[in-house]
Amino acid sequence: MEQKITFTINGEEKSLYVDIRESLLEVVRDRLELTGTKHGCGVGECGACTVLINGEAFDSCIYMAVWADGKDIRTIEGESCGEKLSVVQTAFLEEGAVQCGFCTPGFIMTTTALTESGREFSRDDIKRELAGNMCRCTGYQNIANAAEKALQTAKECCGENCCGKH
Amino acid sequence: MSVIGKSYKRQDGFAKVTGRARYVDDIPVNGLLHAKVFRSPIANGRVLSIDTAAAKALPGVVGVFTYEDAPTHSFPTAGHPWSLDVHHQDIADRRILNDRVRYVGDEIAVVIAKDEYTAERGVDLITAEYEEYPVLLTPEAALADGAAEIHAGTKNVVGSFAINIGEFAEADKQSKHHFQAKFTVPVVQHCAMENHSAYAYIDENSKITVVSSTQIPYITRRIVGQALGIAWGKVRLIKPFVGGGFGSKQDSVLEALVAFCTQKLCGRPVRLQFTREETFVSTRTRHAMNMYLETGVTDDGILAARKFDVHALNGAYASHGQSICSKTMTTYAMLYGPKTGCAYNAKGTTVYTNMPVAGAMRGYGAPQAVFAVESHMEDIARELQLDPIEFRLKNITELGWVSPTGIKVRSIGLKECILKGRELIKWDERKAQYANQSGNIRRGLGMAAFAYATGVFPISVEVEAARIMMNDDGSMQLQIGATEIGQGSDTAFAQMAAETIGVPFEYIYVVSHQDTDVTPLGLGSYASRQSYSTGLAVRKAAEEIRAKVIKYAAANWNLQEGEVDVVDGWIMSNGKQIVSLAELALHSHCNNKTAAPISADVSHNPDGNPTAYGATFVDLEVDIALGKVTIKDIINIHDSGKILNPQLAEGQVHGGMSMGIGYALYEQLLIDAKGHVLNENLLDYKLMTFPDTPDLKASFVETYDPAAPYGNKSLGEPPTVSPAAAIRNAILDATNVAFNSLPITPQKMIEGFTAAGLITPKEAN
Repeated sequence: MEQKITFTINGEEKSLYVDIRESLLEVVRDRLELTGTKHGCGVGECGACTVLINGEAFDSCIYMAVWADGKDIRTIEGESCGEKLSVVQTAFLEEGAVQCGFCTPGFIMTTTALTESGREFSRDDIKRELAGNMCRCTGYQNIANAAEKALQTAKECCGENCCGKH
Repeated sequence: MSVIGKSYKRQDGFAKVTGRARYVDDIPVNGLLHAKVFRSPIANGRVLSIDTAAAKALPGVVGVFTYEDAPTHSFPTAGHPWSLDVHHQDIADRRILNDRVRYVGDEIAVVIAKDEYTAERGVDLITAEYEEYPVLLTPEAALADGAAEIHAGTKNVVGSFAINIGEFAEADKQSKHHFQAKFTVPVVQHCAMENHSAYAYIDENSKITVVSSTQIPYITRRIVGQALGIAWGKVRLIKPFVGGGFGSKQDSVLEALVAFCTQKLCGRPVRLQFTREETFVSTRTRHAMNMYLETGVTDDGILAARKFDVHALNGAYASHGQSICSKTMTTYAMLYGPKTGCAYNAKGTTVYTNMPVAGAMRGYGAPQAVFAVESHMEDIARELQLDPIEFRLKNITELGWVSPTGIKVRSIGLKECILKGRELIKWDERKAQYANQSGNIRRGLGMAAFAYATGVFPISVEVEAARIMMNDDGSMQLQIGATEIGQGSDTAFAQMAAETIGVPFEYIYVVSHQDTDVTPLGLGSYASRQSYSTGLAVRKAAEEIRAKVIKYAAANWNLQEGEVDVVDGWIMSNGKQIVSLAELALHSHCNNKTAAPISADVSHNPDGNPTAYGATFVDLEVDIALGKVTIKDIINIHDSGKILNPQLAEGQVHGGMSMGIGYALYEQLLIDAKGHVLNENLLDYKLMTFPDTPDLKASFVETYDPAAPYGNKSLGEPPTVSPAAAIRNAILDATNVAFNSLPITPQKMIEGFTAAGLITPKEAN
């Protein structure tokens, strides 16, 4: 059975008919051809498919596409513009937080939600907040460094008047 | 060196942080069909009959093929270079689809449909009848007299190997102290974040083209050719971005099957994308091993006589055969190279069982060896009341030692690694602090050392090729067959070429993706070999480019060749900038009298194999009543020769340490008596999450190996090798309880602490 949904994806409004059994991940990858969001397990274990839904990080593989109706969805493709990277992307690049890169988009989306929350996070907080994203290459070490740096940069950039663009 | 040794950002970093990097499942394909595999529900037996009629009748199903349709001959799957010696060739023991099934998950049939769901539904509609045989899951069962043969004529032995340096009984006469121990390690899985996936089609030149997440495109081309029984040159392999491999993609586990599908469907494109569950069960695992050690030590604390017996459980198919178990045996010899008059007698047997197939995994037999050996060394030191560090330093391999395969040690910083670790972890200070502890929470210190080869010479060929083409602005493309799978090799190769030619790092663009129709020959990412073996080819190509640039400059700018230098992208003569490389490059492309675009296309066959060394030091806390270990401080110190890119190198160390910690404490593929894997997913498998992982520290002792292109030695795999033994030794230090079986789970700890009287039954309740 199909159902029509309307949502914004990376700032652009879209309407389409989706199978009620389809996950948001399938719609994002197969219908919208935004393949930066990855399929790692399909059951919400690894976080490779993380997207932001109304600013909050979700595993898109276990989020039904029909639930996206009326929501604001962000994927990794919306985080950079041409050569210009977001604060989080820059931090991941500079801190050597990227190896095979398959978990990277998911980590960047979750970290982006943290930088935009306006909250402060200790290193242990960061580890807990990113517990839903798995990585086999880095031992998470440089990812923790990158997240700390991104949070610091975002704070210095806007302080209390955060522009919400990180 | 001006470019080597600096932390340049990874060349593919931008593509990866923006989501633009295209992995195999991200590439759009017109008219793509999807395949799903019908797998064996039993661990050992034969398919008596199969009914595919309902699957074939399902709307949307395009093809259903079974073992009756597949080629009848067997092929090997291991990612080893082809050997001209028939006795050294990989064991060809599996068909593309099988009626004789040997583990739960064995491939019997395949359904191809318009989409994945239809293919899956088609698989559900297949029924089969089986004849079942006893399920063999241990070496004892598989090697018992009269045990049913998993592969006919093998007696369930994949292979066996012995190393005999000296003679144990003779050398043991010097020994005053004798020790024996048994160690066991479990089956674990690589858990690369990207599952195994490939698609195949027949291209416009009638080549069977396979696009795959592989570490070994050239070797996989050969394997697909063998499996289909066609000329190897009729196969084309393309490797896009790869989302981690760790050895599981150094085997061709699905490429032959997906190539077979497209062949049966007249070249229509077919994708076979494994689920996480299939990746756990039906790709590759790390070998479980049972290891027996016997050691004689002199009064001076010298290892005089050693025996090492290894049983490696290989699972249902040979994959890499005996070679991983052999590496387990050589690792011990390389770490503690027997001194004159001392003996090292090792024998190993790799056994077929009805389990998922074991193959290459980061460390290739060495993590198993070092867990056993370094735990054993710790126990001996304690028994003899020797300082465990001094005891090791007395016995470690020395410069000039020659391995059983004839490799001479020409650089070794192991002693310095151990001493540096001792200092960084504050060993002496903390040892004093942790003496005489009592109570439930206790701290402990542990360490373990390792040795690790760089490549596979002289066991296998190491040849690699490199091609550099200079563009009309002086920038250059570097093409290699070496595969980037996340380790950062492309960035290191760009640094090498820039260093040798005399240009900034940014001048070199490494073509990351391999296409066997285009890419120069390369054997692939395994054995931590690429920065060494491919590095030698890159250096050779870069030297040729530099020589051609100098020659062209001398001829066209009226200079003496001997006085010309290339520095930072400029042609220099007698210390003066003459012309930029950009201008020279344009001249070499466009001058209508002298044009001769500069390129190099070379290969190099290395004849060395430098050994890397290192150690793990760990400080941890044990909560005895909970059986819980908390790592407070952990450091890996590595002699990997010259460090090419410190940030990338540290990243390799962190990742390897993390895998080693998981091996020590958490990871284990659980297999029931019927051969079913019980925890084939990332949660039940206990892959470490972010908060489970302590802060990881990497440190280096830089040596310079004369056989290597830039002094560099292996680094990709070594960090995984020593953490488990160091953690086990630290738990022993804290509690006086020795755990000789991995992983050291809370259950094992509670049992061990109870048996040792640290937990009274009342407290245990």
